[in-house]
Amino acid sequence: MHPTIRPLWPPLVAGIALGLVLLMTFLITGHGLGASGFFTRLTAWFGGELIRPATEANSYLGPFLKTAAGPLANWVSWEIVGVMLGALLAAAGGGRFRLRVDGARNVGGASRMAFALAGGVLSGFGARLARGCTSGLGLSGGATLAVAAFLFLIGFFIGGIVIGYLVRKAWT
Amino acid sequence: MSVPIYDDGVASGLLCGVLFGYVLESAGLGSPRKITAQFRLTDWTVFKVMFTAIIVSAAGLAGAVAAGVMPAGSVFIPTTFFWAILIGGILLGAGMATGGYCPGTSAVALGTGRLDSVFFMIGMVLGTGLFAAVFEPVKGFYEAARGPQAQTLSALLGIPAWAVLAILVIVAVLGFALGSLFERRHGGALTAEQITGDASGGRVQEIEVVSIRTG
Repeated sequence: MHPTIRPLWPPLVAGIALGLVLLMTFLITGHGLGASGFFTRLTAWFGGELIRPATEANSYLGPFLKTAAGPLANWVSWEIVGVMLGALLAAAGGGRFRLRVDGARNVGGASRMAFALAGGVLSGFGARLARGCTSGLGLSGGATLAVAAFLFLIGFFIGGIVIGYLVRKAWT
Repeated sequence: MSVPIYDDGVASGLLCGVLFGYVLESAGLGSPRKITAQFRLTDWTVFKVMFTAIIVSAAGLAGAVAAGVMPAGSVFIPTTFFWAILIGGILLGAGMATGGYCPGTSAVALGTGRLDSVFFMIGMVLGTGLFAAVFEPVKGFYEAARGPQAQTLSALLGIPAWAVLAILVIVAVLGFALGSLFERRHGGALTAEQITGDASGGRVQEIEVVSIRTG
């Protein structure tokens, strides 16, 4: 028996709330929200644990291993932990928490995992290339009215719509 | 007290993160089916939430500077690297369409119990590792076509910030109208029941019945 599922916030309400959270973040930290930076540091950390000499020698990841506290000791790490906690609180409070594999109904569990993995690889690579992701560059950069952010968002929607059409059977 | 206070500590990170995750999940943006529906143009939550948030925070930041509460140029503004950002954006869009998430929403999803997000995260680490592995050969592309430092639309177009905001509001209004039209034609945006997959929804492969009661 599951608890009652509470309705989602209307997008306009959520957008205003998110805008205020983002504004607050700027005023507190001097920068916006982010996400991909955490996964970069996580990669540096794994590299440092598994193949340290190669990672230290790598011109992109090497610098992350130079601090005494390690690559994960950064604001973005605490933020991502916060994101998971906040989502858990909202989901639990709204009756929307379920331990499960989502999106597997049309393609099965194994295919869903493969798609998730592939999507992650594309996003991980793309985020490094763009020096940010939807949260850090699109949303936060957008709040500063940066040209870079809107260029990113244009590419993001083009890529999403074109590839979305090609993989539509996996989701419908 | 002057703003920004430049606090990058643990409490600051947790606070901002918790609120971020709470709002995103409340909008349903932990759901890969809802997220990918944006690209099929049947659910416009991604566009509506993102654009509204950009406008609200941009108005707040511009207002703070105009009111003399915050010095101009005191927050981080990204610089354009035309090809890297355009291609990076395309890849992130493609990744979201394929995987159902972006870096931030994958963390939201994990908080809601969606274990498929873990595979997306593993993929992100692999993709980052791949980038690092090919960094030297890609560096030229990565740094190509650099624009003016921290250039804003206001600077590019030669119009004041409030004029840029006005344009964004017009785009948002049109987007909301168009989006809601498409949503109505396709049976509406995905609801909380539909993204959660309860007895009536049933579109989720549940591993075990684990849910949290809040009374």
